[in-house]
Amino acid sequence: MRVSVEPDLASFRTVARGLLALGEPPERVLFEEARARQGSLLAVGAPVTELAPARGPAPAVPRDFLGLAEQVACHRDSGRWALLYRVLWRLTHGERQLLEVDSDVDVHRLRMMERAVRRDAHKMTAFVRFRRVERDGVEHFIAWHRPDHLIVRHVAPFFVRRFPSMRWSILTPDACVHWDLERLSFGDGVSRSEAPEGDALETLWGTYYASIFNPARLNVRAMRAELPKKHWPTLPEARLIPELVRRAPTRTSAMVAPVREVSAATAWLPERRELPALAEAARACQACPLHERATQAVFGEGPVGAALMLVGEQPGDWEDREGRPFVGPAGQLLDEVLGRAGLKRSELYVTNAVKHFGWTPGEGGKRRLHQSPGRAEVLACRGWLEAEVAAVRPRMILALGATAAQAFLGPGFRIHLSRGQVFETPWADGWMATFHPSALLRMPDPRKRAEARIHFEADLRSAAEWLRRLPRAP
Amino acid sequence: MDVRQKLQILADAAKYDASCASSGGKREPAPPEGLGSVERSGICHSYTPDGRCVSLLKVLLTNFCVYDCQYCVNRISSDTPRARFTPEEVVGLTLDFYRRNYIEGLFLSSGVLKGPDYTMEQMVQVARLLREEHAFHGYIHLKAVPGASPELIAQAGRYADRLSANIELPTEADLKRLAPEKSLAVTGRTMGEIHARLEQAKAERAQSPKAPRFAPAGQSTQMIVGATPSPDAAILDTAHRLYTRFGLKRVYYSAYSPIPRSDVRLPAKSPPLVREHRLYQADWLLRFYGFRVGELAPPEQPDLPLDVDPKLAWALRRRDMFPVDLNRAPRELLLRVPGLGVRTVDRVVRIRRWHAVTLADLVRLKVPLRRARPFIVTADWRPTLLLDTERLVERVRPASQLSLFEASASAHSGEL
Ligand code: SF4
Ligand code: SF4
Repeated sequence: MRVSVEPDLASFRTVARGLLALGEPPERVLFEEARARQGSLLAVGAPVTELAPARGPAPAVPRDFLGLAEQVACHRDSGRWALLYRVLWRLTHGERQLLEVDSDVDVHRLRMMERAVRRDAHKMTAFVRFRRVERDGVEHFIAWHRPDHLIVRHVAPFFVRRFPSMRWSILTPDACVHWDLERLSFGDGVSRSEAPEGDALETLWGTYYASIFNPARLNVRAMRAELPKKHWPTLPEARLIPELVRRAPTRTSAMVAPVREVSAATAWLPERRELPALAEAARACQACPLHERATQAVFGEGPVGAALMLVGEQPGDWEDREGRPFVGPAGQLLDEVLGRAGLKRSELYVTNAVKHFGWTPGEGGKRRLHQSPGRAEVLACRGWLEAEVAAVRPRMILALGATAAQAFLGPGFRIHLSRGQVFETPWADGWMATFHPSALLRMPDPRKRAEARIHFEADLRSAAEWLRRLPRAP
Repeated sequence: MDVRQKLQILADAAKYDASCASSGGKREPAPPEGLGSVERSGICHSYTPDGRCVSLLKVLLTNFCVYDCQYCVNRISSDTPRARFTPEEVVGLTLDFYRRNYIEGLFLSSGVLKGPDYTMEQMVQVARLLREEHAFHGYIHLKAVPGASPELIAQAGRYADRLSANIELPTEADLKRLAPEKSLAVTGRTMGEIHARLEQAKAERAQSPKAPRFAPAGQSTQMIVGATPSPDAAILDTAHRLYTRFGLKRVYYSAYSPIPRSDVRLPAKSPPLVREHRLYQADWLLRFYGFRVGELAPPEQPDLPLDVDPKLAWALRRRDMFPVDLNRAPRELLLRVPGLGVRTVDRVVRIRRWHAVTLADLVRLKVPLRRARPFIVTADWRPTLLLDTERLVERVRPASQLSLFEASASAHSGEL
């Protein structure tokens, strides 16, 4: 049997009551939704249902169900009516306690829908931004918002409670709601262009937003989870986010600047700071114990003035023997991905945060096992890295892996929170951190590995894109 | 100096304060000519790139301060730019921002001008203007300046939804070192004052619903973490004492963030965010899960581990308590299983009345099985052997070393 429902709870209730009275089991009913128009629910004369409403008392259902149904009715999924009816059927056919079993498949789906609607409604109460306009000397506050679900009617009373003394309108693509100090009225949805463009107060609000943010606690992922990008276009403060994020590391390092420790390698730096002289001098460096076991120092490679500088962690077994950075398996992977991002290795400057290979003997003493440098070695070696940056003067630095990133920004920097973001730092206008290629080779979980690989490629591409968009150096 | 410049300075000076939420309490909706409401759950109107929410206009009335707390940018010996709002300016900003739905209300704090009473008076004045002149029914959180007179505290509580006197550091010795003008005794007295009035108002309202309100969202405090070497056990001890003695609603922990040109005794490094997060988790366990401080941070291990959450750490130490049968164990025991939050436990208790709980049920309840499995028995699962410590830790540790991002999500829900 096909039945048609208007997209509101009252209509569903009438229909469902009729179906229950006829004893129609859910698998024999096909729900069709009348055109979803949230604004005109009260339109008179629309056929509510093909069924004659049942007479007699309504079937008793738990009070919970009504609350749940009210939320779910706002969900955009057209399958919600069939699901509600199935649960209603089960409740009235021997499973009165069904709603207590949150892990039941049907109940679980209903609860998920309920949660989605609740969340969307909550976001609407939070993310509506009114703009003040004057019409014939009268003040109006108008907002444009884009909810996921059909919640305008559901949320409107909140705004009445909160703003009783303001004339306001909230416009959405599905429906509009207006408050004239006495009554709510609803209308059809409109496009964004119907809403006013700005409000004189937005600059002041932006000032507040930028000032209350503490750059020492940068956590872009957490922000994105709570402030989904789809809402950014209607939030005036969101325009400031990219700039705040970009400048956060510089601001933080200014906050801690007075006690930047001195790097031990500084004592080994030569008078002349051209790259060949630096490379030569680094061979003699004994600023930390790493030089004792390594074959040779592995200095950076590439032309002066390279636009992009890559910084890895530390030379490995292969690099230690050949004396050149990134020649082992990780280097091959790097070359491959660089190629796909349209970057030529020969045009880059490639180096490591630490210049000597660090290792421990493996079982039987045959193999040399890579041992990541500690904070002390990274700090000791930073003198070389900074000299390289000063000599090459790259437009952008790409830090590969946490060790490299922390060599610049201190141990508080977290790759997984800030990967792929372009920051502005004292060392280069563009600074980005991503995974280390050897981390990609080492991850045991194949799904994680594939995921990380995709991120890695995307980061390299976006670094290349950033460089392409750069105005040519004078 | 115009309002925008003042706002820049006085919001910047407030950015170190962790307490931002507007949750708790309820206020009658505004009359037709008024503005504002306080609904049961607070609303975060925006988020900054540090992942923290913006729900209130959080500013200082002024950042001039006669005290010299070393961890604070506003201390008298700091050369930070200074500004001072007039009460009318703060009122104007609050109303203008509120009308555009940018904020949920006002959170007003201040440097200490002249003395506690003078400062408190100014703040009360702002709240009075909002409530009485503008029929503002939105949320107001006022800082209670430790040492302010009881009459001023009484007035503040009439207008505010929440009051908070900051404890700042966990021990008297810490305070002595870094905040010579402050003491736990004075702050405690102010907290006690607030507590007594809260209790009194509650009793009066039980008699008559017309009785005047006093800070219906209760009182909270803030403690700075990582500015001194005090271990987590000391911090949790202090927090626990505050909860029980003064009926606090929340203790906020704030990882010490470096401040420009700070004292050499303070660490100049990124804020210990993971530690801060572990403290929030431990705090939840104390308040809602029936744990005691000594169980979470025992004397031989006074700092919470950073790599696993405190409940898991406890379970690994107490493997004799496990596995727990989800179909039989009492609620209190279920609450101690890693991965089962309060909400999940309540659902399990309900479900098992109707059928035996299985792993599939847990999957749909979004239980992190990787963590929970070694500790539970269900209708279709029983851990075969209790693994030795090393391997067990490996198996239950979150996959990515530690994601502060997931961490901040669970800090909100508090589910562990
Ligand atoms: S690792 Fe760096 S600091 Fe240490 S000896 Fe080698 S070059 Fe010098
Ligand atoms: S009294 Fe408050 S504002 Fe003044 S220095 Fe101490 S913490 Fe800072």
